[in-house]
Amino acid sequence: MSSAPANPSPQACPAQVLRPAMSPLGLAMRRFRRNRLALAGLAILAAIVAANLAGLVWNYVEVARERPEPYRTTLPGLHPQPPSLGNPFGTDPLGRDMLARTLVGGCVSIGVGLAAAIISIVIGTIWGVTSGYSGRGIDTAMMRIVDVLYGLPYILLVILLLVLFQEQTTGVRMVVLFMAIGAVSWLTMARVVRGQVLALRESEFVQAARAIGSGGGRIIFKEMLPNLTGTILVCATLTVPLAILQESFLSFLGLGVPPPLASWGTLASDAIEALNPVETYWWLLVFPCGALGVTLLALNFVGDGLRDAFDPRAK
Amino acid sequence: MVYYILRRLAYFVPTLIAIYTVAFLLMHAAPGSPFAQEKNLPPEVLAARMAEYNLDKPLIVQYGLYAWDLVTLKGHTSMRYPDRNVIHDILAPAFPVSLSLGIFALGLAVIVGTTAGVISAAKPRSLADYGSMAGAMIGISQPSFVVAALLMFLFAFTLRWLPVGGWGTPSQIVLPAIALAALPAAYIARLVRTGMLEVLSADFIRTARAKGLAEWRVMLDHALPTAWLPVLGYLGPAAAGIFTGSFVVEKIFAIPGAGTFFVDSALHRDHPLILATVLLYAVLLVVFNLLVDIGYAWLDPRIRYE
Repeated sequence: MSSAPANPSPQACPAQVLRPAMSPLGLAMRRFRRNRLALAGLAILAAIVAANLAGLVWNYVEVARERPEPYRTTLPGLHPQPPSLGNPFGTDPLGRDMLARTLVGGCVSIGVGLAAAIISIVIGTIWGVTSGYSGRGIDTAMMRIVDVLYGLPYILLVILLLVLFQEQTTGVRMVVLFMAIGAVSWLTMARVVRGQVLALRESEFVQAARAIGSGGGRIIFKEMLPNLTGTILVCATLTVPLAILQESFLSFLGLGVPPPLASWGTLASDAIEALNPVETYWWLLVFPCGALGVTLLALNFVGDGLRDAFDPRAK
Repeated sequence: MVYYILRRLAYFVPTLIAIYTVAFLLMHAAPGSPFAQEKNLPPEVLAARMAEYNLDKPLIVQYGLYAWDLVTLKGHTSMRYPDRNVIHDILAPAFPVSLSLGIFALGLAVIVGTTAGVISAAKPRSLADYGSMAGAMIGISQPSFVVAALLMFLFAFTLRWLPVGGWGTPSQIVLPAIALAALPAAYIARLVRTGMLEVLSADFIRTARAKGLAEWRVMLDHALPTAWLPVLGYLGPAAAGIFTGSFVVEKIFAIPGAGTFFVDSALHRDHPLILATVLLYAVLLVVFNLLVDIGYAWLDPRIRYE
């Protein structure tokens, strides 16, 4: 470190000195970019999402071009075929290409995860901020509601919702599935955000803002929300894998996405059903579960990376 | 402390009432009758069955009647199994099975997770560290039914070391407990590792080392209790996850536990059974959370409940 020149002119200063002060978000992003594991996770995630979307498009093109009925192929026999050049992931018991099924299933699984994250961001943040900022009576009441919903087995809520809409069309059932998983995943977000708001409310910069006469809206949106971004982002990232696992759990119960649509969960649970000691159709299980595992790992790495980036104390 | 516990116990009642109310309302929000699946029921039979389950009475009366049946532990017959009482014939035999499986799985998760976390924190960036963290990652990244099925395939079908399923002998508890414990063990391992790494750089650890304590005593007696605090916070959700997750594992390993009724009751809209299982779950969770909070005070002397 060289000492600063006595009479600093812009030209004489090294580039670093002139760089404008970084926002907390910018600093966090810089720390995130230095975390190789998290970056690798992000890259893998991007690759998987791209592959899934490409698979979805490819599937529709194929279906539109030559197959009269969606997903139906004309392979001989109804036995699952092992991976080959034509079907690199093998085929399922109905002769459908597992690569296409896995890619389309990925779109559904990741979609469930994203929907849950978005719902939990919206409801959880509003709930948490309102509760934490209002304080006392309202706070207690709102948090008691969260406690009660926590005490209620989420699976009951989801199953009742899904049973209710079982007769509906595929589209409606998909929306209900997305909503049901989202509806149970905002509780953690609400708790975490509320805790953060409680801490921020007592912080000096918020008191200073209040002292110069800022209103509630300004304090919430201009002072608190930027400081909540990290918490919300981390919590949302970690919600996605949980939601994907929940969807697979529901698939196992037969309440997942309705066939012929697939998700990684339904594919895995179909493969489990086909699992028997006489003949192993390993490709039915390995590819969807592998894709699921890699995605969940990548999401966890990204979530951990974000947490480290936004909370430099916690190493 | 005693006062704190008493106050928490007093909170139980309103919490349970609220949970019961939400479950009751949810159940009745669904349109149609629970007997809709039984086709061609003569109207008189339907009416008789409705009356048997008090469905012909006003909502508030039903609410009270079902609550009374549960509070007095008298129970009511199930709608799906009309000859069986939900408390005495269904939950009473099944619940101990689930409870022992759950406790066993939770204990396994705590022991394995803590050991793996301590080992990887003792030598960060070593082979043992990467090994246990990789194991933890696998535990986090697969649904429990896949873990269960793979365990069964490997140890029961291929190696033939352990029974395929059933309940009653000690060897039958091993595979289901591992399948249930995989996810919480993985989380605990990561929590312990992070906590240990943070604590090990604290001043009191340097003091402990400076006065010449053996390294294992520094780790286990001084660092671990502090590092374990986040795990305590996770145990509540972990227990809830194990109790609900037990449905899948019980189904795969053919275990006569209560997890089945948990899902089945909701699937078949069996009102008495839904309410009984929900309340059982809620009581378990509330009691467990109280134990966790007492555990906090025991592990961390700074926490005093007044």
